[in-house]
Amino acid sequence: MSNEIIKTAEEARQNPAYKAALVELLYQFADDDLIISFRGSEWLGLAPHIEEDVAFSSITQNTMGHATMFFGLLEELGEGDSDTLAHERTAGARRSSTYLEKVNGPGSYIGEPDYDWALAVVRNFLYESLKRIKLEAATNSSYEPLRQIARKALLEQTYHLAHWRLWIEQLQDSTIEAKGKIRMRLEEASREFGDALSLGSKAEEIHRFNLLIDEETLKNRWLEKVNGVLKEKFDSIPKMVLGDGRRGEYNEDLEQAIGIFTEVYMSDTEAVW
Amino acid sequence: MIPLTPDEEILEVLKTVDDPELTNVSVYDLGMVYSVSITGSRVSVTMVPTFAGCPALDFIERDVKNAIENLPWVVECDVEFSFEHQWTTDLITDEGKVQLRKLGISPPPENYRVGEEWTVDCPYCGSSYTSMDNVFGPTACRSILYCLDCRNPFEAMKPVIVEEEETA
Repeated sequence: MSNEIIKTAEEARQNPAYKAALVELLYQFADDDLIISFRGSEWLGLAPHIEEDVAFSSITQNTMGHATMFFGLLEELGEGDSDTLAHERTAGARRSSTYLEKVNGPGSYIGEPDYDWALAVVRNFLYESLKRIKLEAATNSSYEPLRQIARKALLEQTYHLAHWRLWIEQLQDSTIEAKGKIRMRLEEASREFGDALSLGSKAEEIHRFNLLIDEETLKNRWLEKVNGVLKEKFDSIPKMVLGDGRRGEYNEDLEQAIGIFTEVYMSDTEAVW
Repeated sequence: MIPLTPDEEILEVLKTVDDPELTNVSVYDLGMVYSVSITGSRVSVTMVPTFAGCPALDFIERDVKNAIENLPWVVECDVEFSFEHQWTTDLITDEGKVQLRKLGISPPPENYRVGEEWTVDCPYCGSSYTSMDNVFGPTACRSILYCLDCRNPFEAMKPVIVEEEETA
């Protein structure tokens, strides 16, 4: 069935194995975008200068829009209402990468945040580079609704990636302090970014059903893409010392995030926003 | 006067529904209306969203529905956003460009190529002596620029186009 195109959710639901792999992949897309948007939103009002505040919040809002599109696809497949999926799933049911879930730094944006801009730059650059490759691959997916969303997201994501690429290019050419901070965060990412590059427990089916490219190709394309920009290059595929979020592993950072972003929603789950 | 056909009537209504974040620029002129189909007294409108993260989409959906249902012969109007077709800034009409300029927002650059830096003329004085202040603006679809001639800050619609050849 490798060249067959599945045009609708109804069609996908007729093949349980296909649907299971598709749902798994869509949760990975949706949950990654949701959590990186949340971590981005915590920076609101704290970015290094006002133009960056406008840019970062715009990217964050739009990335949340991408998460909404992916949750919409899950809704069509019978997984439940988008808002419920975003708010009511437990930490262990989520498929986001543990590295993307990490707090921005010590403190809270409500109290005294001591967030690290180098982490924001490195994390977003590495993630947007990966998202680009995954979206490009998804434009050739066997699932037509995913192709459409990928094409849509790619038009916008161009701006997101260009933004973070500019930041990392400039900082790695900047002061000794800036270079040192970027280097430290890249070293950290070489230990922690690994699960972002994983396609989880259904990686084999995801590839076999032609939903996306295989994991090895994904990893290699990502490595080549980021190393093309970085001065301090990764010498191998990053490890996942924080755990494998694709397999339901998580840390207290994810619980902290869920606690905050569901607080208002949980105060009145019947409210219409 | 020749009476309007139902299709023409619907289009005229759509030209009066403004984007909530762009006064006097209709959703029709922004290129967001993909198709209209009429079955008796039921109308369905298929629209294409501008940016995925645009919070105005729900309001637009509601406003379009209400405006069309105000027509005496319409019993019900369904509005649907579809991802099957993509919105690009090439879909903005000439009238849309005129109205955008009146708001101090330049239409997107023509002949833009994806990934390239771009520039537009000042919507106030027409000068091309402008600089990019921030690709990201107050809404996802807008950027912030500055005119070095008349010394006014202004905005522009971000170019969004489909690449000729998708890079793999």
